[in-house]
Amino acid sequence: MSHASSLNPDYVDEAGRPIYHPVEEPHHPEGHSTMLGFWMYLMSDCLIFAMLFAVYAVIGGNYAAGPSPKDLFDLPLVALNTSMLLLSSITYGFAMLAMVKNRTAQMQTWLAITGVFGLCFLGIELYEFAHMIHLGATPQRSGFLSAFFFLVGTHGLHVTFGCIWLVTLMVQVWRKGLIQANKRRLMCLSLFWHFLDVIWIGVFTFVYLFGMLR
Amino acid sequence: MSIDHIASMIFGRLDWNALPFHEPILVATFAVVVLGGLATLGLITRYKLWGYLWTEWFTTVDHKKIGIMYMILGLVMFLRGFADALMMRLQQAMAFGGAEGYLNAHHYDQIFTAHGVIMIFFVAMPLITGLMNYLVPLQIGARDVSFPFLNNFSFWMTTAGAVLVMASLFIGEFARTGWLAYPPLSGIGYSPGVGVDYYIWALQIAGVGTTLSGINLIATIVKMRAPGMGLMKMPVFTWTSLCANVLIVASFPVLTAVLALLSADRYIGTNFFTNDFGGNPMMYVNLIWIWGHPEVYILILPLFGVFSEVTSTFSGKKLFGYTSMVYATVVITILSYLVWLHHFFTMGSGASVNSFFGITTMIISIPTGAKLFNWLFTMYRGRIRFELPMMWTIAFMLTFVVGGMTGVMLAVPPADFVLHNSLFLIAHFHNVIIGGVLFGLFAAINFWWPKAFGFKLDKTWGLVSFWCWVVGFWVAFMPLYVLGFMGVTRRMRVFDDPAYQIWFIIAAVGVVIIAVGILAMLIQFAVSIINRDKLRDETGDPWQGRTLEWATSSPPPDYNFAKTPIIHDSDAWWDMKARGYQRPTEGFKPIHMPSNTGAGVILSGLALVVGFALIWYMWWLAALGFFALIAYAIFHTFNYKRDYYIPAETVQATEDARSKALAAAASQG
Amino acid sequence: MSAEAHNEHAVDHHHDDHHHGDDHDHGSFKTYMIGFLLSVVLTAIPFWLVMTEALAPQTTGLIITAFAVAQIIVHMIFFLHMNHRSEGGWNMLALIFTIVVVVIAVAGSVWVMYHLNTNMMPVHDMQTMG
Repeated sequence: MSHASSLNPDYVDEAGRPIYHPVEEPHHPEGHSTMLGFWMYLMSDCLIFAMLFAVYAVIGGNYAAGPSPKDLFDLPLVALNTSMLLLSSITYGFAMLAMVKNRTAQMQTWLAITGVFGLCFLGIELYEFAHMIHLGATPQRSGFLSAFFFLVGTHGLHVTFGCIWLVTLMVQVWRKGLIQANKRRLMCLSLFWHFLDVIWIGVFTFVYLFGMLR
Repeated sequence: MSIDHIASMIFGRLDWNALPFHEPILVATFAVVVLGGLATLGLITRYKLWGYLWTEWFTTVDHKKIGIMYMILGLVMFLRGFADALMMRLQQAMAFGGAEGYLNAHHYDQIFTAHGVIMIFFVAMPLITGLMNYLVPLQIGARDVSFPFLNNFSFWMTTAGAVLVMASLFIGEFARTGWLAYPPLSGIGYSPGVGVDYYIWALQIAGVGTTLSGINLIATIVKMRAPGMGLMKMPVFTWTSLCANVLIVASFPVLTAVLALLSADRYIGTNFFTNDFGGNPMMYVNLIWIWGHPEVYILILPLFGVFSEVTSTFSGKKLFGYTSMVYATVVITILSYLVWLHHFFTMGSGASVNSFFGITTMIISIPTGAKLFNWLFTMYRGRIRFELPMMWTIAFMLTFVVGGMTGVMLAVPPADFVLHNSLFLIAHFHNVIIGGVLFGLFAAINFWWPKAFGFKLDKTWGLVSFWCWVVGFWVAFMPLYVLGFMGVTRRMRVFDDPAYQIWFIIAAVGVVIIAVGILAMLIQFAVSIINRDKLRDETGDPWQGRTLEWATSSPPPDYNFAKTPIIHDSDAWWDMKARGYQRPTEGFKPIHMPSNTGAGVILSGLALVVGFALIWYMWWLAALGFFALIAYAIFHTFNYKRDYYIPAETVQATEDARSKALAAAASQG
Repeated sequence: MSAEAHNEHAVDHHHDDHHHGDDHDHGSFKTYMIGFLLSVVLTAIPFWLVMTEALAPQTTGLIITAFAVAQIIVHMIFFLHMNHRSEGGWNMLALIFTIVVVVIAVAGSVWVMYHLNTNMMPVHDMQTMG
């Protein structure tokens, strides 16, 4: 059978014959796929959250004669918590801008500030949880509370791991400097951190604000 | 504090009663496994193979070796899963008219659960992942996958999950809930034992591996294709692998989430899927099938790719309708998210919901049908060679069509109300999974074995295996369709109506024929290994192949291709051969490669410890293991030196050896 | 050989193209500040609406949903630097695919479970009858 297919015009010599090997080997430096791979991980994580949102949407109204959102949620506290996360997002952004300019000390400072905001967020969330449990609104109390604690808690768990990762990266930058590998890791954490902020938008809107509307 | 109290703090729920001394079948199995295991370990030690296995295999980041390890894992677990099938068939053929059979309810229920779980998660998944791992980089002209360390880690996580399932055989029990563990049966109230916990943690640990390997292979296909290989020049197997991995990444998180919710119900008493306090068990069914249906296509899509490669190779023609094949695959990928409710029409969502999902289910059979016609038209006026891979492919076409048709029958909601959870359903999905996935895997193993090991598989024993399998399949599963129409439901241990018995006996005969087929396949492997010099293929291209993997030697060198090929056609290697391509023999450069690492083994080992501790409520060990896992993962990130270069002289020497072998083969032939 | 040398240019050219996607967009001080201020506004208004109960619940619900979607888009553009060019468009494709799957799964689950509850839990009917 003759080959009806035409040659790839980028790879023929002047006589029109095909070239089968590039002169320079295609270069795949370490980490060339990392950003894409990490993005796909975030998409899969997004699906985990989507399922938790779906569960909240379906059983979030089942109070089982227990407390309802209006009995439990403290919107000023949630607003404060939201601002912590939003501030940490912008400070992480400043850290990234410092990283691009190779200003290590400045970047470390911004990372530290980001970490403090992250910890504040976690502290406020834990206070809120403790307060609710103290009122008897435990995760075991109703379908609504199970779904609430699991969704918000999973987000909090992600922030916790984000903080651990942040500290790890600060140590690694301190030891190795802003080498390419570290920059790539910082960019991954940047995606992770901002992604958690996006999830939080869903949480405060559909869990807290909608909860108060019911 | 009493001794018992201290013991339960240390060992949680684990005590001597967990060991099944009261089950003679298990004791005998345990004895055989221990003796076999000790013999294997003894032989490895005797021949001082530990160092070799550790450095060359366990810690490898070479996608080819990882692929082979996945295949071995899948085949070993296949024997376990098949043993379960054999036991079920014998029990059901015996237990009539008051006879109890030889399996008690506790044991029988574990067997049908373990059979399903093992066959899907630890047979089909490792086998297709192994296949994709081995072939995708070769087909796209890459040296390895995008994240070689992650690949090793993924494999060991899958293995850790398999180890947990196997451990449940001898320590404690496995779930007695069916393979999807529906609550409230799988809740702590009705399943207080460790069975469901084994199920949860085995799947969670293996699921991490599956998701990561999905991400890895997508990144590989997107980023590492050889120059000139546009998307529409990728081999069809690579295309189907891409779609299957997209499905993995976009569906396994759902399984992770739903199993996490189930474990929250079991461990901390939340009310997601309970009957009280506002829980909703049907939500579990809904969610798990949002994962479950794409999973079906994760299993079959790569094999559609295999059939495409095999059909065009053994018909000596380009694949008919390459473009339509690609589009059909993509359409199936998206549609597979729109049909999940057909698994529970009877739940009672009403006419509007049921008709929507019934119609989408019928629609998804259209692209699948298009694929079948493409294969038929590829064969039409082709010069067909009836080698083993082609025979498996033809058997697939005949078998799978029947399974597909019964599937469309089940897609009609009123019919499904009659046939739901009957043996008709069991016959249907075995019809597509055995006829599609398993036959496809056998075609693939026979097709690519020479690539992986440098010699062909023995044809005689292959034929014995083939005919036993095909005949055995039909004898074993057609009676199940009949029984389904007679109203027999799945997962029954004993029967009253003697009219059923003859059909169960026929089915049992079929399973025995399949057992002979499996035995013949193992003999086929053994005979081929013994006669490897006679079956050797030096050319690297024993079947007149069409895609890039046949361009390199068999087995391929560590670096796959001494010089990266440029692609002009979707049948790249066929095109190169047709245009008189000359293999480069000089001017090699050092090749950049990833280094081996033991981190994957250690991390998965720790995950295994955490899983085991959680199953048995050994909280201290779970906490300790978890912190060790995190700490070691962080420690691992402090290692920045993860690659090395193969010197140009080594490449030159390897390629010179191949030149010599090729010349010798040419002078003989 | 000479043919290969001649084509070095063409091959290298393609090579460059191939790696163009690796230049990541890091944004600037300005884009981060725009994103931040927009987010503050888009967060503050929904909180204010709900806390003051200025509008009817249904209207508020629609508005805060719209604001959430708008803020997610703002974050995607100004913080996550999403555009159709990053990673040769694959990031965007992955995002779109994920959104499609999320919408199908979440909306589908709600739809399915709503109909299930309507059909299979006659308690409500009995209450209205009683």
